[in-house]
Amino acid sequence: MKNGFKLDWLVLPMIGVVAVLVLWMITSSTISKELPSPGKTWESSKPYLQQPFEKRGEMDQGILRFTWYSLVLVAKGYAIALILGTPLGFMLGLSKVFTKAFDPIIQVLRPVSPLAWLPLGMVLFAGAKSGVSEMAALFTIAVCSMWPTVLNTAVGVRAVPQDFLNVAKVLKLSRTKTLFKVLIPATMPYMFTGFRLSLGIAWLVIVAAEMLTGRPGIGGFLWQEYNALVYEHIILCILTIGIVGFILDRLMSVVEKRFKVA
Amino acid sequence: MSDYLILSKVGKVYPSPKGPAIVVKNFDLSIKKGEFVTLIGHSGCGKSTVLSMVAGLTNVTSGGIILAGKELVGPGPDRGVVFQSPCLLPWLTAYENVMLGVDQVFYTASKEERHQIVEFYLSVVGLSESMQKRPSELSQGMRQRVGIARAFALSPKMLLLDEPFGMLDSLTRFELQQVLIELWRRDKKTALMVTHDVDEALFLSDRIVMMTNGPEAEVGDILEVNFPRPRERKAVMEHPDYYKLREHLIEFLEVHAHKKQKHSHAEGSNNSGVGQTPVPVSRMELPVNT
Repeated sequence: MKNGFKLDWLVLPMIGVVAVLVLWMITSSTISKELPSPGKTWESSKPYLQQPFEKRGEMDQGILRFTWYSLVLVAKGYAIALILGTPLGFMLGLSKVFTKAFDPIIQVLRPVSPLAWLPLGMVLFAGAKSGVSEMAALFTIAVCSMWPTVLNTAVGVRAVPQDFLNVAKVLKLSRTKTLFKVLIPATMPYMFTGFRLSLGIAWLVIVAAEMLTGRPGIGGFLWQEYNALVYEHIILCILTIGIVGFILDRLMSVVEKRFKVA
Repeated sequence: MSDYLILSKVGKVYPSPKGPAIVVKNFDLSIKKGEFVTLIGHSGCGKSTVLSMVAGLTNVTSGGIILAGKELVGPGPDRGVVFQSPCLLPWLTAYENVMLGVDQVFYTASKEERHQIVEFYLSVVGLSESMQKRPSELSQGMRQRVGIARAFALSPKMLLLDEPFGMLDSLTRFELQQVLIELWRRDKKTALMVTHDVDEALFLSDRIVMMTNGPEAEVGDILEVNFPRPRERKAVMEHPDYYKLREHLIEFLEVHAHKKQKHSHAEGSNNSGVGQTPVPVSRMELPVNT
């Protein structure tokens, strides 16, 4: 009993993993013969995992190399989202007029799927000489992932305690000083919650963006292997995407916690 | 000496669904330079509203406020405010919290001079060891010390204290009252404080202004406190007049407490009771406007 309790954190998740593996095995041998079994997936994925940085061809590279391409793309799109989203959130939080003017349109654009934004991005940058697909992908990532940052920042600005604003008023701090010494630090925890959620979405969007543009990356690889009928690699990609997303979220919540204390 | 702060027929009206709510009406008060005046009254009587209007955080609906010969418009660092909760910015250290205001007021002074001002006031309130700590690492009492240091470091024309010790335990409260009175004596600041602690008011003030209950609160009575300064708590409490003055304050507050109840509970029943008792006019009463 005592021992079992101590191993809870290890044993219980293992049970979950094993249960899913068993379910997967049963499914692949009964209902869906096309679905590769866990064993077959492992065999077929081995070269990609054992030589994760190998480049054998444009669309045949080690899994970490693909992941790296995707991460770079996400980082760029995410950066654009934060650079645009944070000031937008501040404006929404500070100005009632601005909120009344732009909140409805934000609420309408927010639920639109990345699959819908990407073609628009392609149209938008069609005139560019090169890198159309990259710009379209960045546009999609930025547009889809900035909303949590925008909305959380706005909520955070509205939630700045009146006490702090009174201090700023009594000391007659200038607008810039109030912004940098009071508003931004007070909004930090909310902003970082927004940043974390935005990163999650940015990573979610990458697959769609790469699938449609055919760029090399974890999503592009997934789609290519589906077309090439190598179904084992679809599962490999799904697991990789999941694990990377999980790690990103953990990293961001560590950063987020640091700001909560301060 | 002439009047330094003059509140003339000050009124505050808030719009409410049931029509305008008059919080304070025709509030007249004059404070001399270097005087320590306390506003006392039941919670919700509008005493904090009066202070907030002097601070410029709340607009005056009618009447006007004059400080050092100039009408007050909006807030400013010429009035050092000590809030009930210390209102320190949690992401700044004690030093930086005080420096924030000092930078603002003494922008012409050199960096070294500003540093000395901040250090001086923090050490006077007894925080020379904890200057680089953040508010989360300080006790409630220490935070309020920073709040006091911040207000004094601005070298303001006057001090406004909104129940500054209301959130502290009584031992810490005594300590900080001592810190406050020593700083006040050294800097000769004109001070206006809001409190509902009778003993605190007696210990610190030159005059105590008793406010009637809101709505439509106004000056009910003014008590002059003539204990010799510098004051020492024990000497003040043993002074022959202490209990007479205390009695007077408490009687006023009690009468108004009952009035309040009468007001809300039994509008119709007009039988005799404390509610009818006229406000005692004491020998110690002063004319409101001199």
